[in-house]
Formats: sequence, C-alpha cells, structure tokens
Amino acid sequence: MKYEFDPTVRYAKTHEWARVEGDEAVVGISDYAQDALSDVVYVELPEVGSTVQQGEQCAVVESVKAAEDVYAPVSGEVIAVNEALDETPELVNEDPYGKAWFFRVKLSDPGELDNLMDVDEYREYVESEAE
Amino acid sequence: MTEPLIFEISSPGRVGASLPDLDVPEAEIPAEWVRDDLPLPEVAEVDVARHYVRLSQMNYAVDVGFYPLGSCTMKYNPKINEVATRLPGFAMVHPLQDPDTVQGAMALMYELQRYLAEIAGFAAVSLQPAAGAHGELTGVLIMRKYQQERGEAQRTKILVPDSAHGTNPASTAMSGLQVVEIPSDERGNVDLEALKAYLDDTVVGLMLTNPNTLGLFDEHLLEVTRLVHEAGGLVYADGANFNAILGICKPGEMGFDVMHYNLHKTFSTPHGGGGPGSGPVGVREDLAAYLPGPIVDRVVGEDGPGYVWKMPEHSIGRVKSFWGNFGVMVRAYTYIRMLGAEGLRATAENAVINANYLQARLKGTYPVPYGDRTCMHEFVAQGEIEGAPDVRALDICKRLMDYGFHPPTMYFPLIVHEALMIEPTETESRDTLDAFADAMLKIAEEARTNPELLHEAPHSTPVRRLDEVRAARHPVLRYRSRA
Repeated sequence: MKYEFDPTVRYAKTHEWARVEGDEAVVGISDYAQDALSDVVYVELPEVGSTVQQGEQCAVVESVKAAEDVYAPVSGEVIAVNEALDETPELVNEDPYGKAWFFRVKLSDPGELDNLMDVDEYREYVESEAE
Repeated sequence: MTEPLIFEISSPGRVGASLPDLDVPEAEIPAEWVRDDLPLPEVAEVDVARHYVRLSQMNYAVDVGFYPLGSCTMKYNPKINEVATRLPGFAMVHPLQDPDTVQGAMALMYELQRYLAEIAGFAAVSLQPAAGAHGELTGVLIMRKYQQERGEAQRTKILVPDSAHGTNPASTAMSGLQVVEIPSDERGNVDLEALKAYLDDTVVGLMLTNPNTLGLFDEHLLEVTRLVHEAGGLVYADGANFNAILGICKPGEMGFDVMHYNLHKTFSTPHGGGGPGSGPVGVREDLAAYLPGPIVDRVVGEDGPGYVWKMPEHSIGRVKSFWGNFGVMVRAYTYIRMLGAEGLRATAENAVINANYLQARLKGTYPVPYGDRTCMHEFVAQGEIEGAPDVRALDICKRLMDYGFHPPTMYFPLIVHEALMIEPTETESRDTLDAFADAMLKIAEEARTNPELLHEAPHSTPVRRLDEVRAARHPVLRYRSRA
C-alpha cells in the first residue's frame, strides 16, 4: 500500500481527518484523498467564525481532475483557517497531515469523534475501497 | 505552436478593405465621442484568411476525426442542417419583427415543440432555454413553483443520484434548493433503500439521468418514479443521454414529469467551442402552465391558421431574451425531418450497438466496472492497466492523440477511479470503431513495455503536453505582447 496514514488523527469515510488538541481539532484531508485528486490547484476554506456540522460540506478542493466537496469530520466553530493554502495549494499533495491542515475548530460535541475511524480501521477501509 | 496572434502580424497602414467615396452627408460626431487611437490589427484580407485557416488546421473537430467524448454525444452534424439554417427566411429575420412577417419561422418553432413533445411523450414544450444546464435550472424552477402553488412550500430538497451529471446538483443549488446525494447500488442503479430513506414531505423531486453517466439504464426505473410520486415528489429527466433511447421509449411514459432536451447533442447541432446550444424543456399536462415563455401557439382566425406568442398562465417567466437560440432550432428541426420516426429509432439502436461493440473489444484489457451489463450509448472503462502501475487515464488520453483520436472524457463520473467515459455515437463506421479499439489495445501494450512514451505524450500534435497544473495555479488571463 503506497499511502501514508497518520496514527495521531481520526478519519471520516469521506477521507477527511481530525486531530484533537484539547477542546479544539485541526482538520485536513488524507494522503489517499490527495493522491486520488492528483495535483491540487485550489482550496476553498470556510470563514473564521462560521460553524461547521459533522458530515456537512465545509470546503472544496479543486485539482486538475475534479472539484470535490470536503465534509466536516467534526462540528464546531471555525477559529482559524490555513491561509497558506491560498497561495500554495500544492501543500495538500506534499504534506497532507502537516502543513496542509485546512482549518481549526472549537469542538461543540467531542462525542462525535466516536463516529470517526482510528488509523487501523481507516487503513482497512482504504484498502477495501481501492479494490 | 508558432502561429502569432493577429495583433502580432499587424502592420501600420495595411488595410483589408477599400471604402467607396462618401455619397451621403457626413454626420457630425460629438468630439468627446471621438478617440485618437483604436488599437485594432491592421491586416490585409489574405493575412486574415491565412491566419484563421492555419489556426483551424491545428484544431481537432468532429469533421476531422473520431471524437468519443462520453456524455457529450459528439455525433457528426449533417451539412444539410447548415444549408437549412442559412436560408434567408431563417437567417435574415430579426427578433423584433412583427409576428405577421415571421410566420414561417414561428411555424417551424411550433412544429418543433410538437415533435419534441411527441418524441419524449410530453404534453408541452418550451424552446426558451439556451442549453442543457439552463434547461435543468428551468425544470427545477418549474418543479419548485408547482410545489409552492399547491401549498407544499416546505419542500426544499432535490435528490440527485451520485451517477448524475455534475450540472444536476449545480442547477439545484442555483435555484435555491438543497441537494441530497443518493448512492448507487452495486449494479449501478439508484439504491432503492437509500432513496426510500430520503423520501418525505421535504422533497421537491428527484433528478435522474437515465441512462446514467455509467451508460446504464436503471433497472428499477418504474419503481423509482413510483416511489417519488407516492411521496408527493416530481421526477426530472436529464435528457443529455436521450440519444440512447430515441424512438424506442418515451420518458413521459416512464414516470418522468419534466425533461430537458439537448438539441446540440441528440439532434446534431454543432457544439463544443462554446455553443450555442439549446435546451428545450418538456412537461406533463398539468405542468404546462408553468413553462417559461413565450412559446408559440397556433390559432385559427377568420383568415385561416396563424402563429402567435403566448405566455403560459402560471409561467415561471422568461429565462432567455427574445425567442431562444433559433438557429439551433432550425438545425434540430431539419435533422428530425431528414430522419423521420424510423430514422430516429435507428439512431439510438446504432448508438447503443456501437458502444457495446467497443465495450466488448476493450473490456479484456481495460477494467470496465459494470462491464457484465449491456451498456447503452456509452460505457465507463478505467485507465488502469495490469503491469503498468505508473500509467494513469491522463497518459492514455494524451497518447490517443498521437493516433489521431480525440480522447474520451476522463475522470468523470467521479464514482469510478481513473474513469474513461467512451461514447462512440451512431455516426461511426465499424472501420473507425476498430481503428480506435486497435489504438487503445496498442497503447495498453506500450504502457507495459515503454511507459515513458505515454508519460511524454502527445508527440505529434501542434503543442506537446501542457503543464495543466501550472496553468491552473498561476493562470495568465490577459494577452501579453511578446515584443
């Protein structure tokens, strides 16, 4: 399997990840997702101060192949967005779990994290989907 | 590519026309309206002719070769359509002319409304919308208004299967309604259980592309339309794939309430390069009052029959200035009259058999996810070749250009990895289909033995592989002189 999996985050079936830090979480998309999209050319992020809902569309990633909706893996208020993605969307391809974080939320319902997969479950899920 | 811009071949003082001496009084133009310089290219007629002929020779078009662009129905456009649309009575009329002076043009529109209604099994048709997605928006607005006027304003959702055209959710969002995506089952049909779970009194209706973007006819279609109707919803047909069922079955008889037609796909009018298209909308009897207008009506007065503009009673209003894209209507009318009922049916039959022939020839080499089913007018293969892990659909498409073919649609539909969506249309001979299949099989062999050949393709086109990523990340949006 050629994809990278970060053990410190939890994953959604739609290939977003959330990394919990205290009562906040950082959100991005997985290495599998960036590979399937190929070269990312544009990322549309939510506005700081807006509220996102788990499972609902919150951002858009555009690659040379397609424009795909990004669904929020957790609910909460957006308290910061990664402005570096405006000028350098290629970070999504280069460092999906690090420099290419999308936004940070103040968690409104930490219990929702149970709806997400841990790294082993997600690895298995990706393998079954790739087949 | 070495052809300069026409501005770059400009030479001061060179002209392409000589004007006769002024034989009327010279008009006074207010000084503030007169400008000192007008930077237009200064060229002779021969410069213009050669420049544009050279550009046209770099282009690839359906008049040059095979164009299997899935979802786009790039059939050959018969030249008789062009002859008809250039007849002075059609080409030289003005949209503001008195209706009494354009009765012939209005008669053609009236007949076209009737033909389209008959072919798809609907009660009434409006020719106003300018293209397919515009027809979709029109259809969704009709559905919304119908629900509102019968006191069901709480209905705000449109269900869209994941195998639909991308324009369906876009049209829904544009109309202010909410999109709800419905998954496909393992045979590529609408997942009935998922559909049932979403059907309640918040649903305006379902938008269905049938055959869908996998080229598959939904095996539970009647069940799907029945379920939506039972929940008080309407069913919209995306007519982009109408070519597959023309003259064989009628959407209006399968439970569809509203449909748009793509005259520029199914009815052979040139498209690509920006159109113009035409996306008429047909509806069942009780929705006819909501159609956008004006539509053409036939009245019999004291002087005999005549044609008038009419705004339907509960119309959603105008969706286009004047009367729609009239030139496209003339072409579509001509196409229908040239083929007749039997010819239209043969069109669909040949489109389907051509697609199945290509699917059968390719599926041993390229994965075809739903290849155990008979496809309709198109099918979706995958650009994943055994023994060539680094080759993607993009490389295969670029290499096809070296063999003289336009690539198929790629990376759509989104539900298939490395999708290659192939639609040959009815206008291609078996020789052409075989030449394309041979090229595809040869490319698969090259992918295993010499993948670099694919990664660097195309090799023989006017421009080599473009840096699409850089173009998207750092677009240059205005002309910059090389001087």
